[in-house]
Amino acid sequence: MEIILALAIGVLVGSGVWLMLRPRSYQVIVGLCLLAYGVNLFIFAMGRLYIGAAPIMPKGGFVDPTAYADPLPQSLVLTAIVISFATTALFLVVMIAARGATGTDHVDGKERGRDE
Amino acid sequence: MVAQNLLLLLVLAPFVSAALAATLPIGARNGECWLAGLTMVLALVVLGVLYPDVAEGGRVIARVDWIDSVGLELAFRIDGFSWLFMVLVAGIGFLVILYARYYMSPEDSAARLYACLLAFAGAMSGLILSGNIIMLVVFWELTSLVSFLLIGYWYHRQDARDGARMSLIVTASGGLCLLVAMILIGQIAGSYDLETVLISGPQITGHKLYPVALILFVLGAFTKSAQFPFHFWLPNAMAAPTPVSAYLHSATMVKAGVFVLLRFHPALGGTVEWFQIVTGIGLATMLLGAVIALFKHDLKGLLAYSTISHLGLITALAGIGTPLALIAAVFHIVNHAVFKASLFMAAGIIDHETGTRDMRRLSGLARVMPITATLAIIASGAMAGVPLLNGFLSKEMFFEATYVWNNGSPLDNAAPYIAVLAASFSTAYSLRFIVKVFFGPPATDLPRHPHEPPLLMRLPVAVLVAICVSIGLFPQFVLGNLLETAGLALIGPDLPHFSLKIWHGVNAPLIMSLIAMGLGIMIYCLPRRTINSGEDGTRLMRKLDIARIYERAMRVLTQRLPRAALRILSANGLQAQLRAVVLLTLAAGWFALRHLDWNVPLPEMRSRELVFALLWIVGGACAIGAAWQAKYHRFAALILMGGAGLVTCATFVWLSAPDLAVTQLLVEIATTTLLLLGLRWLPKRDEEIAGDRNLPARIRRFRDLLIALTCGAGMTAMALAVLLTTPGASVGDWFLRNAYVEGGGTNVVNVILVDFRAFDTFGEITVLAVVGLTVYALLRRFRAAPESTERPRPQLDAEEQALEAYLFVPAVLMQWMFAPIITLSAYLFFRGHDLPGGGFAAGVTLAVAILLQYVAANVRWVEARLTVLPIRWMATGLTVAAAVGAGSWLFGYPFLTAHAQYLDLPVIGKVPFSTAMLFDFGVFALVLGAIVLMLIAIAHQSLRVAPRPRRPASKEAN
Repeated sequence: MEIILALAIGVLVGSGVWLMLRPRSYQVIVGLCLLAYGVNLFIFAMGRLYIGAAPIMPKGGFVDPTAYADPLPQSLVLTAIVISFATTALFLVVMIAARGATGTDHVDGKERGRDE
Repeated sequence: MVAQNLLLLLVLAPFVSAALAATLPIGARNGECWLAGLTMVLALVVLGVLYPDVAEGGRVIARVDWIDSVGLELAFRIDGFSWLFMVLVAGIGFLVILYARYYMSPEDSAARLYACLLAFAGAMSGLILSGNIIMLVVFWELTSLVSFLLIGYWYHRQDARDGARMSLIVTASGGLCLLVAMILIGQIAGSYDLETVLISGPQITGHKLYPVALILFVLGAFTKSAQFPFHFWLPNAMAAPTPVSAYLHSATMVKAGVFVLLRFHPALGGTVEWFQIVTGIGLATMLLGAVIALFKHDLKGLLAYSTISHLGLITALAGIGTPLALIAAVFHIVNHAVFKASLFMAAGIIDHETGTRDMRRLSGLARVMPITATLAIIASGAMAGVPLLNGFLSKEMFFEATYVWNNGSPLDNAAPYIAVLAASFSTAYSLRFIVKVFFGPPATDLPRHPHEPPLLMRLPVAVLVAICVSIGLFPQFVLGNLLETAGLALIGPDLPHFSLKIWHGVNAPLIMSLIAMGLGIMIYCLPRRTINSGEDGTRLMRKLDIARIYERAMRVLTQRLPRAALRILSANGLQAQLRAVVLLTLAAGWFALRHLDWNVPLPEMRSRELVFALLWIVGGACAIGAAWQAKYHRFAALILMGGAGLVTCATFVWLSAPDLAVTQLLVEIATTTLLLLGLRWLPKRDEEIAGDRNLPARIRRFRDLLIALTCGAGMTAMALAVLLTTPGASVGDWFLRNAYVEGGGTNVVNVILVDFRAFDTFGEITVLAVVGLTVYALLRRFRAAPESTERPRPQLDAEEQALEAYLFVPAVLMQWMFAPIITLSAYLFFRGHDLPGGGFAAGVTLAVAILLQYVAANVRWVEARLTVLPIRWMATGLTVAAAVGAGSWLFGYPFLTAHAQYLDLPVIGKVPFSTAMLFDFGVFALVLGAIVLMLIAIAHQSLRVAPRPRRPASKEAN
C-alpha cells in the first residue's frame, strides 16, 4: 500500500515538474494541476494511511484517536484542493489573456529565438 | 490630571486639525488659515497654562496605556526645555500660517499645505514631548516624512522633487541610525523611558558599546541638523515654498538635531569623544556654512547656508557642554529661530514682489519697500551679531564658551580662532545681503515692479523683528526666566547663576566680537566685485560639492548595483526561473535528508492491494499521458488529467477520507469545465512547432526529463520514508477527542475547518474571493487571440436550432437535474457538521448545477430565466463569515469562537445547531459565488462582439 502510494506521488510530481518546465502555457497549467494532485496526496499521506477506519466519530464518550484517520492532514488537503482550483482558474485566465495579447502561447510571451 | 490631559491635547490637537484641514475645499485659504491659526493659538494657551508646572525644574508626565501585555505605553513629558521649544514651534507656527495665507497663490492647494504644516506641528510636538525614546524616533521620522511632502509641495517642479527625495533619504537614514542608537541606549540603561535614560549617564558612558551608540546617535542628530558632511540636503530643500523654509528648515525641524543633542547631553555627553566629535563637527560646519553663504547669489541659498552655519554654532556649544555653554545653546536656538524665520519671510516677500531671488539682479529695494527693508536689515543685523540685537548676546556667550579653558585639547585651543573666523564670514554675508539687496541703484531688469506687500504679510516679520530688538535690549527681562527654567530642566538644580546683560565690560568675548566684525567688513569689501559677478561659490567649493557625491552614490545604489545584480541573478524567461526554483528545492530536500537512514525493510505486498495497484497503474498512465500529450493534443491531455484526478479521488475514498473524496470529485468537475471553456480561446495547434526536433531542443528536453525524474524519485523516497515510520503523537488526536465535546460535530474534518481553525478558512475564502474578482477584472478587457475570434466549428456547422436539436435529450436531462442537484447541495451542507459534506462541497455542487444549465441551453435563454448575482453571493459569504466571527466579541470571546448546541424543533426533532454552521454558510455562499463568477465570466466571452482584427502581428510582436 505504502509503496504504491509513494510511487503514485512520484509519478504525479514527476509528470507535473516535467510539464512545468515546458515552454507552452497550457503544458504548465496541466503540470500545475498534476503537481497539485501529487502534493495533496503527499500531505494527506503525512497522516499515515488508514484503511477502513471510521471517518465519523460517535457522539460523546471516550474517543480513541488511534481508531480514526488523522483529521488534520485531511482538512489541510481540503483547503489545498480549493486553493489549487482558484490558482488554476487564475492562471487559465492569465494564459488566455496573454495568448490574445501576445499572439503566442509561449510562457515568455515570445518565441525563443527560432528553435523549440 | 488636568495638566496631563492638556499635555496629550498638545500632541493630539495638530493631528486632528491636520485631518480636518485636509478635508476642507482646496481653495479655502481663509478657512484653512483660521483653522490652523486657532490650533496654534490653542497650543500657545495650553503652554501658558502649563508653565507653572514646569517652572522651577518641574515636569509633567502623562502616560496612556497602550498594549498592557507587552508593557507598551504612550508616555509624554514636558519640562522647561521642551516647553521653550514648544513655544517656538507653536509661536513661529502661528506667524508662518498667517504669512502663508498671503504668500501662496490662489492656484496652490491650500488644503494640502495647511494639512501638512499642521501634521508637521503635531510630529514636532510629539518629538519634543516624547517620554519614551523609541517613540521619539517615531515622531522624528514622521517629521522627515512631512518635510518630504512639504519640500515636494510644488511637485510639478523637478528641483522640488529632487530636493524632497534627497532630504528624505538623508534625514530618514539618519533617523534609522538614531533608532539603533536609541535601542542600544535603552538596552544599556535598562529602560526606554526618557526619565530613566537621563539619569543613567555614567552607566551609558562607561559601557563598552558607548562609542557605537554615540556615533549612531550623532549621525541621526547631524543629518537632521544639516551638519557637515550631511549639510547638502538643506540648500536643496529650499525648493519648498518659503513659509515652509521659514518654519521647518530654519526655525524648528532642523533644530530637532540640536534638540536631541542637548536633551541627551546628561545621558551621553561630558566625555572626550562627545567633545571631539560634536564640537569638531559643529565648528567645521559653522565655518564652512558661513564661507559658502558669502558666495551664494540666491537669497534663500544664502539663508540656507547661514542656517547651516548657525546650527553648527549651536552644535559646537552642545559639544562643549558646560552649563553656560548649554544655556548659550538654548539661547541661540531661540534667537536664531526668531531672526532667521523673519529673514526667510522677508526673502519670501522680496521674491513675491520682484519675481526673483537672484542677488545679482536685486538692488536698491530700500527705496520701493522701505518698511520691509528696515525689518530685514534689523534681522540681518541680528544674524551678523550687531550689538543691541539678540544675535549679539548669544554670540558673545558662544565666544566666551570657546574662549574659556575646557580640556586643553588641540581642538579646544583652536576653537576661539575658528569661532572668530566663522563669525567674521557671518558678518560679511549679512553685510552683503543688506548692501546688495536694499542699497545701490534701483534694479532695472526685475520681472515684476516691486512695492510693499499687504500689511498682514509683513506683520509676522514685524513681530519677529520686534522680538529680536526687545531681547537685544532687555534680555534678562524678556527671556531670563524662561532660559533659567530651560536650564534647570537641562542641567538640574546645580545650575550656576548667569545673567543676560548687554555690557559686561571690556572682556575677551567683546574683543572677539569686535575683531570678527572688523574682519567681516574687510572680507566683504575686498573681493566684493568678484563675489557679486562670479559663479556660485569658489572653485574649491564646487569641487567639494557633497551633493554631487551623494548623487553619484545614489546612482550607483539605485541604478548600477541593481542592474549588475539583475545581470548576475536574473534568469532569461520563465522556464529558466522555474528550473532554478525546482533545482533549489531539490538541493534543499537533499540537504535536509542526506543523513537519513534509507535501509528500512519494505512491507510486503498483500493480495488485496492488487486492486489499488491496478488503480494507480491507470492513474500513473493518465498522468504520464497528460504530460506527453499536453503540447499538441490539449483536449486529450485534459481528459487524461481528469483521469489522474479521479484516481486521486478514489484513493481518498480508499483511505478513509470521504470529505476529501467528495470535494476532489466536485472540484474536478469544475476544473475540467473551466479548462474546457478556456480551450475555446486557445487556438488549436495543428502544425508542428518549428525547430522542435533539432538538437538543442532535444538536449533541453532530456535535461528537464532528468530533473523531473529526480523530483519524482525524491518525492517517492520522501513519502515512503515517512509512511514507513510509526507516527508520533499528532495534533489531530486533540481534535479527535474534542471535536464533539467542544465543537458539537462528529465530522472532525469539518469541525476543524469551520470551528477550530476557522480563521485559516476565513483567510482561504478571502483568497478565493480575490481570485474570483481578479479573474472577472482580467476578463473585462479581454482580447481573444485573432485565430480564435471565429465561432468554433460545431457552432458554425449547424444553425443554432440544429445545435439545440443535436443536444436535445442531454439538455432536457440537465434541466431536470437542476432541482435534484440543489437538493443534494442543501443535503451536503446540512449534514456537513456530522457527516461528510460541508460548505465547500455544497458550494461547488450548487455551482455545478448552475453550470449545467449553461451547458444545456444557450446563454441568453438561461439568463432570461435564472438570475445569479455571483458578486453578491461572494459579498454575502464574506460578510456572514466575518459577522459570525465578530459576533463572538459580543459575548466576550475571541474572534471566531463558535458555540454549539442541539435545538429542539417541532416535527423534525433534535437538530444540531452551531454558530459554526452560520460560518459554514458564509463559506458556501462565497465558494458558490466565486466559482460561478469565474465560469460565467469565461463563458460570457463567447457572447461578446468579436474585436476588430488586429493590425499585422509583425508590428506588435515583441
